[in-house]
Amino acid sequence: MCGIAGLIHRGKSSDVGSEMTSMLTALKHRGPDSTGFAVYGEPNAGDYIMRLKVAEQEDMASGYDMQDKIDARVAMVEKRLAEHKASIKAKDAATPYAMRYVITHDGDTEAMARYIEDIEGTEILSLGNSLELIKDLGDANVVADNYGLRDFKGTHSIGHTRMATESDVDIRSAHPYWAFPYNDVSVVHNGQITNYWLKRRQMEHKGHRFMSSCDSELLAVYTADNLANGATLEDSLKASIEEIDGVFTYLVATRDELGMAKDTMAAKPLVLYESDDMIAMASEEVAIRAILPQEIDTTDPYDEEIRVWKA
Amino acid sequence: MESMSVMASDMGYDPRAGKTRDEIEGTTQEDRARDLGMMSEQLKNRSMEVFFEVGEEENLIYPYADKVDFNKRTELDCEGKPTTQVNKDIRALMEEGYGTIVLKNPRGMHSVGVGILNKLNLIIEGSIGYFGVGLIDGPNVRIKGRVGWSCAENMMSGTVLIEKNAGSTFGAAMRGGDLVCRGSVGSRTGIDQKGGTIIVGGDTGAFSGFMMQRGRMIVCGNAGKNLGDSMYDGTIYVGGEVQDYGVDAVQAEMTDLDKAWLTRKLTQYDLLPEKGVDHFTKIVAGKMLWNYDNLEPNEKKLIL
Repeated sequence: MCGIAGLIHRGKSSDVGSEMTSMLTALKHRGPDSTGFAVYGEPNAGDYIMRLKVAEQEDMASGYDMQDKIDARVAMVEKRLAEHKASIKAKDAATPYAMRYVITHDGDTEAMARYIEDIEGTEILSLGNSLELIKDLGDANVVADNYGLRDFKGTHSIGHTRMATESDVDIRSAHPYWAFPYNDVSVVHNGQITNYWLKRRQMEHKGHRFMSSCDSELLAVYTADNLANGATLEDSLKASIEEIDGVFTYLVATRDELGMAKDTMAAKPLVLYESDDMIAMASEEVAIRAILPQEIDTTDPYDEEIRVWKA
Repeated sequence: MESMSVMASDMGYDPRAGKTRDEIEGTTQEDRARDLGMMSEQLKNRSMEVFFEVGEEENLIYPYADKVDFNKRTELDCEGKPTTQVNKDIRALMEEGYGTIVLKNPRGMHSVGVGILNKLNLIIEGSIGYFGVGLIDGPNVRIKGRVGWSCAENMMSGTVLIEKNAGSTFGAAMRGGDLVCRGSVGSRTGIDQKGGTIIVGGDTGAFSGFMMQRGRMIVCGNAGKNLGDSMYDGTIYVGGEVQDYGVDAVQAEMTDLDKAWLTRKLTQYDLLPEKGVDHFTKIVAGKMLWNYDNLEPNEKKLIL
């Protein structure tokens, strides 16, 4: 089933961390397996924020030397950052396996990202100037508390509660997906993509990387491919209606935009609320009401509908 | 009939009186079926030929209702309560004899008011989520906000009036009564509709009337693609543009009876367009069907 949510505060920063936590808590019944947040803070010119994991949560219970392995992987990550002349300005670890780095880097970030992901068990969850992508097993409150997300201030955010259907319950199959290697682009999806393998092979031939066997990852890769070819977010969303088969509603966030697309069957829900200073959307109205308890007007987008908002 | 006038002012329309259990005792099965609206359409093998009387009693009749005092009114606050508790509270209030219940602060809650099987004025002051007032048989519901997916699914009788928009699968598998949305609704409206009337003041999405089997649907605005796809029977009226028709859906001629009925229905809910109903398109099933109603009993045994 899965639940998706999106939130924009137009032209100002707000408590998107705690608001998205409330929205995803209200959507918990749509998927309790894992929860993910893509939150956008004020753009940090020059500095990159890199979120990565060096192991899965379930790995922590296996073997006697997992912590040693993790320490070695973290050391290797930092060594490879240094090799790419990236200097670390800040380093945090919310959990033993999830790291957050603030780095300065002038070179080829894609090459650096590929080099780091070459380390065993390592996946870069996000890399960008304003995006921070957090995903882990458990419901929204657990993840928000573990990662200290409630205090996060930002302009917009997308989020996801997952009920695993296409792939395993682990962090690599959790949403949102970062559109590697595109800075600050993230995707959440509710649905099933039926031409996944066909499109995945096409994307792999073009050199794109897939970290999981979750069909939703395709949408992130597909979006990244379109953006790399010069398409706007709106073009990419429009093209996906024709090119991606299946039933889906998905949201894409970039540094300054948030877009949605709904398939030709309109089989997956989304409820929209728009006002001058705020836009909220979610699989169910109950999530919007979690942050806007007053009486509001909401609508359902129709089949093949594409919307893009400026954040 | 003082209670009815109170209800009329509360609900904005004038439902007809039901019969009590005692009055039902003496009636035949055929009369009861007709009262339920199950035999309101006289079918003549060819499904395009659907006749009805302008003065026919609509599906508002609920013959098995116990007497209800609509003047006995109470409020119920949903704040902080789970759905099951709200629905249990509604039942408890009905058992206490309350005929009008006002729900406050539903805030998008799912499955509110499902399975109400008696006459009741239910006024919901806000928006509700999925499967709102599904499986109901008898109540008159007014929702002042929006409803989510599958509102009034499997509704048997009564009326549901929604002031704002509605989500997809609006009135799925509905069997009787009136389901009215003043705003626009999502996709697959009236999927598998088996009776009753769905009225949409605005637009409807794709696949509306999909596999429709009986009943009528009125859309004052536009309809999305594949309207009436695979419909077996029933009638759809569209006031605006139809993006395209599904297989088996064909246009039919608007008769004077159609116009009179549309005018009456839309006037009842204050949705009659200024230019009247002459511009409406009528859509029916174009395929030849076995009409199970007209089979002899021994033939029915063969196919069932």
